[in-house]
Amino acid sequence: MIGPDGALASERPSLLARAPWWLLALALVAVLIGWRVATDALWRDIAARLLDGLGLTLLVTAIAFPLALGIGLFSALGLVSGNLFFRQFSTLYVQVVRGLPVLVQIFIVAFVLVPLGVETANFLGFRIAAQDVPMVVRVIAALAFAYGAFEAETLRGGLTSLPRGQAEAARALGLSRRQTLRHILLPQTFRRVLPTLGNDLICLLKDSALVSVLGVRDITQEARLYQSATFRYTESLVLLAFFYLALTLLVALGVRALENRYRRHAA
Amino acid sequence: MPPEPAKPSPLLEARALTKRFDNLLALDAVSLAVNRGTVTAILGPSGSGKSTLLRCLNFLVLPDSGEVLFDRTLINPRLDAALNAHRARVGMVFQQFNLFPHLLVWENLALAARLVRHLSAAAARDRAISLLARVGLAEKAFAHPLQLSGGQQQRAAIARALAVEPSVLLFDEPTSALDPELTGEVLAVMRQLAADHTTMVVVTHDVEFARQAASEVVFMDAGRVVESGPPARVIDAPTTDRARRFFKPSTVAER
Repeated sequence: MIGPDGALASERPSLLARAPWWLLALALVAVLIGWRVATDALWRDIAARLLDGLGLTLLVTAIAFPLALGIGLFSALGLVSGNLFFRQFSTLYVQVVRGLPVLVQIFIVAFVLVPLGVETANFLGFRIAAQDVPMVVRVIAALAFAYGAFEAETLRGGLTSLPRGQAEAARALGLSRRQTLRHILLPQTFRRVLPTLGNDLICLLKDSALVSVLGVRDITQEARLYQSATFRYTESLVLLAFFYLALTLLVALGVRALENRYRRHAA
Repeated sequence: MPPEPAKPSPLLEARALTKRFDNLLALDAVSLAVNRGTVTAILGPSGSGKSTLLRCLNFLVLPDSGEVLFDRTLINPRLDAALNAHRARVGMVFQQFNLFPHLLVWENLALAARLVRHLSAAAARDRAISLLARVGLAEKAFAHPLQLSGGQQQRAAIARALAVEPSVLLFDEPTSALDPELTGEVLAVMRQLAADHTTMVVVTHDVEFARQAASEVVFMDAGRVVESGPPARVIDAPTTDRARRFFKPSTVAER
């Protein structure tokens, strides 16, 4: 695996070996499934059901991920902060959240923290009921907090990996702490941790399937509802798997394109 | 050039700076006065406290005790606004250049001018381009910093420091990270700045540069200033044994 020159691949493989055969294999399966959907009413029916849930899967991911990034950035700044309280509080959050299964966190947020919050709000004079907080909102909050802890660690690692001279040069020019962070440190951190962020986004997309345990009708829940009515497990699970693969591959390719763009610039 | 004040007072002054790192006394009550339009070279063996002294002047190192004054005003490094304003007036050039690799070369200069001096985007860009031309890098404005040679990076770093129009420029071993054949282009830019009466403080191992370009030489050893004065005296006719050993190792060996 490691060549005599220390490089990971000892020589540049031929074009034939470099071609993405795995992608071709997947594409072939996609064509087969597409053909089934086009010609078979049953498959078409299932695909239509899953499409109904697609919006929710994308919505949950698209809202939870930016929230997780925001929470993660805030906590990462806490982890490297000189402020004792801020640092300890961030460490507590990261350690607790990272140590709990995401599924358990979703239950805790949905059935403990949200009712608790509603009670507190009522105590303070607001008139709301727990039912007024939709399950999809609870699930997005739970996923955002769960992934915020991962992003905090990722961003902290990126921030502390930057050469010390970058912050020194910025401060020596007269830039404030905030300007140094915003214009010098964070843009470089973002470029460094981009592959990890892409990985986390894919994980979040997959974990969004957990919302089905609360009855939120994402693609997984639609598949389960269909199965309980028809017992058509194979067809619905093949299509469900393919929906997720299509989404995650799309994200992976997008992240890789972004990485290449930055790499060209850094050369 | 602004008119000289009637009574010459140092533009930048350090009084009794002391800094301790764990068990090492890096600076032992060091004082320094830098006059307007002069070049001060700080020389001395490795670990003598030269860089620590320089970094105390813009508070990249916080001294344990002592004072830094700019134009007779005491600077309080614990007040963010005062600290940032001080640093905008006291530019710094680093051994490792420290250009921002995510920005183009001209953007390195323009960002500083825009954020610190509140120039408009167009004015900052104009200033960046003209400063790059001044250090001979006009054609590299749209390159990425890491595409430049070490000497070019250091010249760009000097231009970046100039982009916020500082009153004093600090140089922290500006040629130590460069191939010998690339030091010349950086020293030429520094000589040009000196000829333009830029106030400079230069920590260097380059005795020849100090002899030619400095108006004042400070020789340090073990966290103290051992000797200071014009280069002709400190370098060529040192009075202390320590300085003689440093500048004239052969003659000392002969005795």
